[in-house]
Amino acid sequence: MSKVIVVTSGKGGVGKTTSSAAFASGLASQGHKTAVIDFDVGLRNLDLIMGVERRVVYDFVNVINGEATLKQALIKDKRVDNLYILPASQTRDKDALTKEGVESVIEELKKEGFEYIVCDSPAGIEKGAFMALYFADEAIVVTNPEVSSVRDSDRILGILQSRSKAAEEGRTVKEHLLITRYSPNRVEGGDMLSKDDIVEILSVPLIGVIPESESVLQASNSGNPVILDDESEAGKAYMDVVRRFLGEDVPLRFMQVTEEKKGFFSKLFG
Amino acid sequence: MGLFSFFKQEKKKNTANLAKERLQILIAHEHADKSKQTPDYLPKLRDEILTVIRKYVHVSEDDVNVKIENAEDYDVLELNITLPESK
Ligand SMILES: Nc1ncnc2c1ncn2[C@@H]1O[C@H](COP(=O)(O)OP(=O)(O)OP(=O)(O)O)[C@@H](O)[C@H]1O
Ligand SMILES: [Mg+2]
Repeated sequence: MSKVIVVTSGKGGVGKTTSSAAFASGLASQGHKTAVIDFDVGLRNLDLIMGVERRVVYDFVNVINGEATLKQALIKDKRVDNLYILPASQTRDKDALTKEGVESVIEELKKEGFEYIVCDSPAGIEKGAFMALYFADEAIVVTNPEVSSVRDSDRILGILQSRSKAAEEGRTVKEHLLITRYSPNRVEGGDMLSKDDIVEILSVPLIGVIPESESVLQASNSGNPVILDDESEAGKAYMDVVRRFLGEDVPLRFMQVTEEKKGFFSKLFG
Repeated sequence: MGLFSFFKQEKKKNTANLAKERLQILIAHEHADKSKQTPDYLPKLRDEILTVIRKYVHVSEDDVNVKIENAEDYDVLELNITLPESK
């Protein structure tokens, strides 16, 4: 049985590509044959975050148009077994992705024995984002603890449950909330929405909280998905997400307020 | 108020709570608006009803009124047809 999982958010720049790369790498590292597809047509980036940018020959749209086979376009990861990347096209043609085309690629991946097909959605609620979520069985909604991100997540949740193929067929898309760029210190200080606030507002089960972490930028600089950095908090938090997704009961980590970052005055008086 | 309580006071200014309140109100509104949207089959439904009625009585376009009313947890399809005065 294969599962299609969309990583989506509505709002841009909240960590979809970072999370898609980490999540797909984590699933593969646990022995599951996984493909991760970049749906951000015109703004290809997943290849860069995964460090395979120099190995891109053919892309998603080439496959849809019959200019290359799926086998030719899929890039096999050299670090993690079972992991394959399908890069986005750099075309500016907004209609390059069609429902039929996307469906045929997903069907072929399923036939090839892929257990998980992770779809990295572009920002927005336009065609690209719609194509990324249309075939999803499950959705990871990436949200930052910030008002506009939370609102946009709510919008995209509405679209998932009304316009996806699952919705059209009377099924529901299983939702997971992934909070990223979280800062326990700022939550404690009262100037950042807490994970509980966000869960309460969106009423979607939480699959994980990824702390704001310098290691994410370092990982993208070097083209290594952050989950492969098992020293970093963000990497470990992403691995927890993967394990929860696979059914394990894993407690949340990295939620404590760190002493050294506590303000001068609270140190004096607090 | 001493120096101590001054800084404590500052720290208590909780914008996260404000954010939460604003989001809850906004999202509740947006959900309500969405459920109020009329389904897109409504105009077609109205046309077909008009055709059927015209088989039996002569009514004009304006005499047939179709709308959806949203109640708490169910919707009502309201159909209003004004028949011509019988002489
Ligand atoms: N946990 C984190 N800590 C620190 N920085 C982060 C974290 N997660 C993501 N970032 C940074 O946020 C930026 C945006 O991340 P990313 O490209 O994954 O977002 P995106 O949602 O895919 O964006 P787009 O909507 O443009 O596709 C990047 O610079 C990334 O390094
Ligand atoms: Mg992205």
